[in-house]
Amino acid sequence: MKRFLVVALSLVPAVHAQLAIRGETVHTVTGQAIRDGVVLVRSGKIERVGTASQVSIPDGYRTLTAKVVTPGLIDSHTVVGLSGLLNQAHDQDQLDRAAAIQPELRAMDAYDPREKLVEFVRNMGITTIHTGHAPGALISGQTMVVKTRGTNVEQASVVPEAMVAATLGTGSRAEQGKSPGTRAKAIAMLRGELIKAREYAGKKEKTRDLRMEVLVRVLQGDLPLLVTVHRAHDILTAIRMGKEFDLKLVLDGVAEAHQVLEEIKASGYSVIVHPTMYRAGGETENLSFENAMLLRKAGIPFALQSGFEAYVPKTRIVLFEAALAASHGLGFENALASVTIDAARLLGIDKRVGSLETGKDADLALFDGDPFEYVSHCIGVVIDGEVVSEARQ
Amino acid sequence: MQRAILYLSLAGFAFGQSQPIAFTGARIIPISGPEIPNGVLVIQSGRILAAGPAGSTALPSGARREDLAGKVIMPGLVDTHSHIGGIDGGDSSASLHPDVRVLDSINVREARIQKAQAGGITVVNVMPGSGLLLSGQTLYLKLRDGKTIDDFLIPDAAGKPSGGMKMANGTNSRGASPRPGTRAKAAAMVRAEFVKAQEYREKVRQGADDASKLPARDLRMEGLVEVLEGKRVVHFHTHRHDDILTALRLSKEFGFKIVLQHVSDGWAVAEEIAAAKAPCSIILIDSPGGKIEAKDNNYGTGAALERAGALVGFHTDDGITDSRLFLRSAGLAVRGGMSRDKALYGLTMAGAIMLGFEQRIGSLEPGKDADFIVLSGDPLSVYTHVLATWVDGVKVFDRVDPKDRLYSVGGYGASHDQGPSLHGSSLHIDVEEP
Repeated sequence: MKRFLVVALSLVPAVHAQLAIRGETVHTVTGQAIRDGVVLVRSGKIERVGTASQVSIPDGYRTLTAKVVTPGLIDSHTVVGLSGLLNQAHDQDQLDRAAAIQPELRAMDAYDPREKLVEFVRNMGITTIHTGHAPGALISGQTMVVKTRGTNVEQASVVPEAMVAATLGTGSRAEQGKSPGTRAKAIAMLRGELIKAREYAGKKEKTRDLRMEVLVRVLQGDLPLLVTVHRAHDILTAIRMGKEFDLKLVLDGVAEAHQVLEEIKASGYSVIVHPTMYRAGGETENLSFENAMLLRKAGIPFALQSGFEAYVPKTRIVLFEAALAASHGLGFENALASVTIDAARLLGIDKRVGSLETGKDADLALFDGDPFEYVSHCIGVVIDGEVVSEARQ
Repeated sequence: MQRAILYLSLAGFAFGQSQPIAFTGARIIPISGPEIPNGVLVIQSGRILAAGPAGSTALPSGARREDLAGKVIMPGLVDTHSHIGGIDGGDSSASLHPDVRVLDSINVREARIQKAQAGGITVVNVMPGSGLLLSGQTLYLKLRDGKTIDDFLIPDAAGKPSGGMKMANGTNSRGASPRPGTRAKAAAMVRAEFVKAQEYREKVRQGADDASKLPARDLRMEGLVEVLEGKRVVHFHTHRHDDILTALRLSKEFGFKIVLQHVSDGWAVAEEIAAAKAPCSIILIDSPGGKIEAKDNNYGTGAALERAGALVGFHTDDGITDSRLFLRSAGLAVRGGMSRDKALYGLTMAGAIMLGFEQRIGSLEPGKDADFIVLSGDPLSVYTHVLATWVDGVKVFDRVDPKDRLYSVGGYGASHDQGPSLHGSSLHIDVEEP
C-alpha cells in the first residue's frame, strides 16, 4: 500500500516553489483534455497550461509526473473539520440541538484544520471543501469554504461565511413537545423568522441581534439558504418558500429529484445532489444512483457532495461519489466537472478554483490511472502551489 | 388457472431447468484456475456441467445457447456478514442469547434482498447485531427468488438450516448492566457461559446411555454446545488489535471455530491471526473512524492479512455498505495493495470456506451449484455493472428487466418491501398450458 508522506505545513516555510506538473493526460476541465500536458506553477498560481511540446519547463522548476492530472477536487457539501473522525462528543461540532433556528452559528468558530479527516480527504485529491453546520435542525448554522490545508482556519479559509444551512422534512423535527414537530409548523416558523428579519432590516434604530443580522443577509441574497430536503413534496415546499422571499436558494440532497425535475428546472435553483452512495432509507428511500445523470439531462446546474454521516463512513469521499455517478449515466467528463468547475461555480469561487487555467490557484490532484477507478491512487496533491501530499516512491 | 400457476411456480424455483444452457463468448473467471479469455460455461438442473475454454469445452446436444461476448462471468458473490431482511437478534434482557435465531425474525420480502441479488450476491450470512456479546444464531441463505424463508435456506447434513453464531467484543457490546462495563468483564461473562455449556454437554454425554441422567432441555445451552462441537462457527465482531487477540484466546480455550469479522486492526496483528489460522472477513469503509476502535481502519488490511497468509473474505455489513456495491470491496482492497487474485477469491471462495460450503459454491467447477454472475466488464472496475445473477441455475436478477433494474439503480419504490403477490422468476417459469 502506498502511504502518504504528508508535508507538515508548520515545518515548511510558506515558500511557493516553482513547479511543473506533467501528465500523460491533463484534464483542464474547461478545455479539452491534453495528452502529454504540462502545468507550470509559480507563486501559488497556475502560470501556463499546454502540451509538453508547447510548454518547456524552465530551469529551477521541480517536476512532478503522473498518468492523470486534474484540478484539485471540490467537495460542495461536507461537515469535515466540524465533524471529526473519532465521533466522540469533543470532535462533533456540526450540530447544536438546543434551538431550531440558529443562523448565527459560524463555521469558522468550529472548523479544525488539523482534524485527521481533513488530511484524509486531501490525500484523495480534494483541495477545497464547502463545510459547516450539518443538516438536522431547521436552521443549524452557517457554512464556509476552505482549502484542505493550513493550521488555522484563517489560512484555510476561502469564503468564511458561505451559506446558511436549513433542513426541511422529518430531518429537522425537534424532540416531543418542542417545535418543529410537523412539516407545516416548520415552514410557519421559518416564514415567521424571515418576516421578523425583514422588519428588523427596516428599523432605523435597533439593538444588535446576531440572528437577525444573518437572516437579513439571507433575505438580501448575500448568503444563500442551503436547504437539505429529500421528499418530492418537501422540495416543492422549499421552492415555494424561496420564491415567497425571493431568496437565493440552493437545494441540497434531493433524493426524490427525479420526481420533480421540471419544477426544479423552472425554479432556476441549483442543486447539491446527495452522495451517490447515500443510504436509501426513510426520507431517502427513493434515491437513485442515476439522480446526477437525470439532473444533468434536465439541464439543472448541480454539483456532487460527500454529505454528512453520523456513523460510518465518518465521511464519504466525493471522488468516489463522482466515480459511481460517472458509471451510472453521468459519464467521466460530467462527473469530473461536478467535483471541479461545476462545484466552483455553484459555490461562487470559479474565478479561483475548479479548472486548470492560467491565473487560477495552483490546486492540482495527481493520479496513477483513471481517478475514478477503485484501483487507482491519488499520488500527489498541490494546493496554492505547495505539494501538500505525495506518495512515497 | 391462477391457482395452477401458483402451484407450478412454487414447485419450480428450487431447481434450474433440465435443458442444458451454454453461455459462450464471455471471459470466465473461474477462481479455481486462471481466467479464460473466451470461455464456455454449461449448466444443467442447477449445477455446473463444464467451465472451460471455447473449442476444448464440449457443448451438450440440445443445449440452449446464450451469447455473452464481451461480458465477464464469475462465481456468485458470498457476503459473509449482512443484516438484510430487517432481522433482529437477542434483546436487552441479557448479554448472551445463544437460543435466539435470526430464522425467526427475517422478512424475506424486504427490498434489500432484491438489492443484494442486484449486487451479484448469491449466498449471504445474515447476522444479528453487535450490540451484545452473543446476539444469536446467524443464518446462511441462498438468494433464490422465494416467498418464504424456507425457499432461501441451505439445509445442513441433518436437514437443519445452516448458520453460525454471532459474538462481539470491544465497545459495541459494552454498556449498562446486564451488558459488561469493561473488556475483562466481557471476556469473563463469555467464559462463564461456555464453561456452563461444557458441563451441560458432559451431562448430555452421560445421558446417552441412561435417559434419566439427561439434563432438562436448555435451548441456550444447546446453541452453545453446537458451537463447542464445531457445528456452528462463531462469527466474531472485533476491531481493536487486543480485542482480536482476545477473540482468538477464547476460541482456543473452548475450541470453537471462529471467523473474525471486521478486523479493523487486522494489519497490526496479521501474523498472530495467520498463526491461529483464523479466517478474516473484512469490510472496506471509505474513511476511518466513526468510533474510536475503528480509527485506524484502512484499505490496506486485506493486503497485510494476505501477506501474512491469512484467509481473507469480505462482507457488506449491509446497511453499513450497500449490497449492490459489494464488488467495490475487492476494488478498494486492491487499491490498498491486495492482489487481484486474492481479492476476487475473497469475494467468492474465501466466503464459501468460511461458511463451510467450499464443496458447493465459490468457484466455477463441474458439479458445483450453478451460482454465477454476468458482468458488463472487469469485476474491479467502477464502470462495471452486474447484468445478471443466477442461483441454482435460475436467473434471479436481470438488469434488462425494468423491475430488477429499479432495485439495481434505485428510484421510486426501490426500497419498498415486496407485495403479497408472487414475484421474481416464479412468474417467468415456463408453465405448460393445459
